[in-house]
Amino acid sequence: MTESPLPVLIPLLMLGGALVTVTAGSLLKQFAWPIALVTLSLSTAVAIEQLLTVLADGPLIHQLGGWAPPIGIAFVVDSLNAFIVTVVVAIPLLVLLYARDSVRKETPEEEVAFFTLLQVLLLGLTGMVLTGDLFNLYVFFEISSLAGYSLVARGSHAAPVSAFRYLLLGSLGASFYLMGVGYLYVLTGSLNMGDVSRILPGLIGNPALTVAMAMMVAGLGLKMALFPLHGWLPDAYTHASSAATAIIAPVMTKVSAYVLIRMLFFVCDPALRAAIPLGTVITWLAALGIIVGSVMAIAQNDVKRMLAYSSVAQVAYIGVGIGLGTPLALVGATLHVLSHATMKSCLFLVTGSVQLQTGRRTLHSYEGLGRLMPWTFAGFTLAALAMVGIPPTAGFFSKWYLVLGGIEAGEWPVVLIVVASSLLTAGYFFRLIEKIYANPAPSLRASDPGLLARIPIVALGAAVLVLGIANFWFVGEVLQPALLPQTLALTGM
Amino acid sequence: MIDLFIGRWPYVLTVVLMLIGLYGMLVKQNFLKKLIGMNIFQGAIILFFIVHAFKWRASVPIHDHHLGAVARAYINPIPHGLMLTAIVVSVATTGVGLALLIRIFRTYGTLEEPEVLERMQARRRP
Repeated sequence: MTESPLPVLIPLLMLGGALVTVTAGSLLKQFAWPIALVTLSLSTAVAIEQLLTVLADGPLIHQLGGWAPPIGIAFVVDSLNAFIVTVVVAIPLLVLLYARDSVRKETPEEEVAFFTLLQVLLLGLTGMVLTGDLFNLYVFFEISSLAGYSLVARGSHAAPVSAFRYLLLGSLGASFYLMGVGYLYVLTGSLNMGDVSRILPGLIGNPALTVAMAMMVAGLGLKMALFPLHGWLPDAYTHASSAATAIIAPVMTKVSAYVLIRMLFFVCDPALRAAIPLGTVITWLAALGIIVGSVMAIAQNDVKRMLAYSSVAQVAYIGVGIGLGTPLALVGATLHVLSHATMKSCLFLVTGSVQLQTGRRTLHSYEGLGRLMPWTFAGFTLAALAMVGIPPTAGFFSKWYLVLGGIEAGEWPVVLIVVASSLLTAGYFFRLIEKIYANPAPSLRASDPGLLARIPIVALGAAVLVLGIANFWFVGEVLQPALLPQTLALTGM
Repeated sequence: MIDLFIGRWPYVLTVVLMLIGLYGMLVKQNFLKKLIGMNIFQGAIILFFIVHAFKWRASVPIHDHHLGAVARAYINPIPHGLMLTAIVVSVATTGVGLALLIRIFRTYGTLEEPEVLERMQARRRP
């Protein structure tokens, strides 16, 4: 455990960036995008530097204001959250390249607001990932949520309605989480995650502890869109502007999933998990979520809405990994955070580009577009294959570890569902790929979007392949050391 | 059964308040009433923290020479501090919610959920 300022640097960069963006943007709105680009590039560099430092020297800690925990708030980084935070800043950086033209075309008067809110959103999300304090996490939770509601509210005319519903359910989720924190505080007298994890084993059998954990899982499950709490997600993603969806969909639900992993496997110890059978509940709800999400995705005619339902199913894979709770299943869940973030951002960028270039968004209107927009649909096809889980793409390996984890836990029905759901996913993606390529090009003047929008699509498509092949490094060097049974505890936090 | 309530009635009241808020959010058809329900729900949680921090015959958490450095003599300041933050968060959420409601009202001319959904469908079919 080394003292270092690195953990607080990313949230501070985002905060500073947001303030500069809103100030400079009020002078000239063209300033907003370059400032956001600089902030996100710097943050990505810091995140990578932080990941490498953690891998070399072990966990980093920063005590805010010099107050030592458990009295003060500490930011603690181990290889797990260093990995997650890298995903959370790197994917939006790529999407940001696309966002400039798309925001200027879709919501021209909202340019400054969009790029400011984007940085506030990432301030909240990175803060949630890096903090070691339960209440501090709630505050970052709400910061990210508020920015998320406002981002989702820009887009089609129905966007404010879906954003308002998201706000109601999101606040309900955050309130449940806060209530859980309240119970834990009453029980333990502490808010520091490490401190709480040392006190909790003495409280096994206390019914209030069961209530506390159930409230936290319900609250985080709502934000994570875990079935049956996913109601807000499809509308919110469908009606939001394409840039907002492409930034929120890949990272926001994943961060809640990470917090769930942190709470269940680091703050609670194995005896506590055995005493409260939340894992079984999460596994089965998530398994149902995979089926429901995939079937609903097949039934959709709007491509963006189809992808939104597919997000419900994909987040449920992470839920299955968390519920099973074996080391391999957790590796699958965390690896799926990375692979799903890469695939989904690519897919949403493609639907956004198609809508901008041709104005089309239904399944049938995609016929033959592959001939007009070759680069865009090359990225789309790669990401779609990864969603189905074709080796050697990233999507295959995360599912592979989930299946191994299911076998390790002896949950054969879940293994069956995970494998069979690939067929459902193939059902809706292959249908679309067939429409895109096996039809003559429509009589329409349309081409690939500009270079700035094409770079992230192609880069993310390529990343799906590269991450698939490089997953051994991530699993071996980053995730397995972070998730080994003996390290599943917070030491000296 | 009565033991559950005696001595714990403030907690019982917070739970009742929570359920009222939840009822408002889930059952009421008007978006503004839903937002009010959300506020009641958040208020219940704030009260839960404050009730927990309260002690009989204790003073405000400022050091007093007559009382000395005895934890029993002061109420717990941490939940109060936490809830100040939670109130700020709740105000911000309400603000964003109201801003969204203004947008909804400008687009659809109503805040009743069934009517908004109806008008939304009508707009989708050009």
